[in-house]
Amino acid sequence: MFYYLVRRLASVVVMLFLITGTTYALFFATPLDPAKYTCGRNCTPAILEGNRKALGYDQPPYVQYGKFVAGLFVGRDYPDNAQLRADHPEQIVHCPAPCLGYSPSQSRTINSMVADAWPISISIAIGAFVLWMIVGVGGGIIAALNRGRWPDRIIVGLALIGFSVPTFFIGLILLTFVAIKWGLLPIPRYHPFGANPIEWAQNLILPWITLACIFAASYVRLTRAYMIETMSEDYIRTAQSKGQTKWRIIFRHGLRAALTPIVTAAGLDLGGLLGGAIITESVFSLHGLGFTAVSSVTNMDLPVIVAMVMIVSAFIVLANLFVDIAYGFIDPRVKLVS
Amino acid sequence: MTNTNELEPTPVELLESKGTRVTRGQTSAAPDKFLRIEDLHVHFPTDDGLVKAVDGLTFDLEKGTTLGIVGESGSGKSVTSLAVMGLHRGTRARVSGHIWLDGEDLLQVSDEELRGLRGRKMAMIFQDPLSALHPYYTIGAQLTEAIQVHEKVSKKAAKTTVVDMLGRVGIPNPEKRYDQYPHEFSGGMRQRAMIGMALINNPELLIADEPTTALDVTVQAQILDLMRDLQAEFGSAIIMITHDLGVVAEIANDVLVMYGGRCVEYAEVDDLFHQPDHPYTWGLLSSMPRLDRLKQDRLVPVAGNPPSLINVPPGCAFNPRCAFKEFSPRPCNVDDPALLESYPKHDSRCHIPVPKRAEIFTERVAPKL
Repeated sequence: MFYYLVRRLASVVVMLFLITGTTYALFFATPLDPAKYTCGRNCTPAILEGNRKALGYDQPPYVQYGKFVAGLFVGRDYPDNAQLRADHPEQIVHCPAPCLGYSPSQSRTINSMVADAWPISISIAIGAFVLWMIVGVGGGIIAALNRGRWPDRIIVGLALIGFSVPTFFIGLILLTFVAIKWGLLPIPRYHPFGANPIEWAQNLILPWITLACIFAASYVRLTRAYMIETMSEDYIRTAQSKGQTKWRIIFRHGLRAALTPIVTAAGLDLGGLLGGAIITESVFSLHGLGFTAVSSVTNMDLPVIVAMVMIVSAFIVLANLFVDIAYGFIDPRVKLVS
Repeated sequence: MTNTNELEPTPVELLESKGTRVTRGQTSAAPDKFLRIEDLHVHFPTDDGLVKAVDGLTFDLEKGTTLGIVGESGSGKSVTSLAVMGLHRGTRARVSGHIWLDGEDLLQVSDEELRGLRGRKMAMIFQDPLSALHPYYTIGAQLTEAIQVHEKVSKKAAKTTVVDMLGRVGIPNPEKRYDQYPHEFSGGMRQRAMIGMALINNPELLIADEPTTALDVTVQAQILDLMRDLQAEFGSAIIMITHDLGVVAEIANDVLVMYGGRCVEYAEVDDLFHQPDHPYTWGLLSSMPRLDRLKQDRLVPVAGNPPSLINVPPGCAFNPRCAFKEFSPRPCNVDDPALLESYPKHDSRCHIPVPKRAEIFTERVAPKL
């Protein structure tokens, strides 16, 4: 178990290097000039070159990547200029390790941007997760137990709709009607959970519903399929022949076994969303990680793009690891050995 | 009643033509037998037609005795046992007839009553213990569950009972095995655990659906010994479902041979082996390897395939595969033979006159066995 963890964590690190390296490579493969985006309207070649140098874009990509990696471990100074440090130390921004980088367009370190954005993304992801797990798994169980009858058809039909309607459409409809026209809920703005949990929840209900819709739909189908499969297993018949009650057979025997693949999917989906829900955050203008990622791409803000890619992929890779470890506890047949 | 050579329909046949297929006395009210299955039909509607998996089966069983039900795959053995356990409820299967257990018709009782009987008064051992045991729970938990479904006992008391039972079914080191999962057991040990689970509440009726099929012969013999010992101890009635006549010879008192969802021969075990009375039974015997003969001809398989249960051959269901139908005085592919008493307490379903059958068996079948 211990060696398994060590081995897996090592592969996580390798994976993150590969992903960030690839991101750098892809960024420099584009014909666009990132320095141009920092230059503004009255751009002169002199300012352009100055900015390019200040941002380090004049150096070869592998040097830039090396500095990025070094910053992760020891921190960085922006701009990294010994002359300036000696003359005007107050103009230097220090970014302590693990330094994700510095955004010239926002004039702040990416770490501080993430610190602001992350609580928003986590709030959205976890609330939506709880909602879709309850609705999706519950709906899937009901559909499976009524297979072929009207509750099944209604649930599967709704799931199909939930799956087909685009997230931004659901978001805009909810925003327009529930928040703006009917005024049932506030127009979502982020309030920290610690300050006022009720306000936090009220403001996030619409994003939660919006994000949960598509996931609930796919979890209905997933749960339904696995429940139907496990409920036809021999061990269900054994439980019946013991005289076990219907509901215990469904939950203790059927759902228990059907849960394994559901937990896998749930772990991976939640992991992906912790790195930001791009569409939902954009629709409701909630400045989470997803929103940050979108604006960094439109601004050609390389350091932010790399940091966002790294955060998202770190969550996914770690979620993968977490799910694999959880497997060892959920399914006694799985042993974690390296 | 003995079937003679007369071609006129016998009274039993007349009864049968009206759809009641009953042998050894007809019962209209709850019988005094411990278990009586009467005119059991289990039909499955499918897209291709109605599958008559069990089609008019009647037998009975007393406590402390064992009935072997023999037949090839698809003959309706397992479907019969599931019907007794009431496990067709809630499925597409249509079950009709009577299943009297201790004076109660199991086809009439409520789901809740049936649930109370399952696992306590009657229990079942399934064929493949690896898939019949839940992979996510320990053996101990699964046996404990079987107790706690019916009785309010503390976990500790239940554990004592379970460990004791695991020991009794011959699982070494039961304390340790209690906390292991099915995949950590060998095939034979799993089947023992499964038997222990069925016996944990001392059921009066035990149905074993091919309990030894997945096991090698030495383990098979141990399991059969075990079942015999436990029967002696608890006095349970056992239905042993198998396709292995060797197992039947070993453990059964009565034998019922099924073919195409029906009983083709029903006799006490000695009678069945000494004077088998149906061509299908002969086929089964001829295809069985025997170690007590010095020289044996090649094994003779029963030619052809089991009948389709949707389009059962007209007449006798076995006629397309029967090697002796030329001896029948009636057209086997037209007339459906009735289940008749050939000898006392020995019924079979064949048009060939009984003396002729005895002759065929002695002269043509027995020498090759």
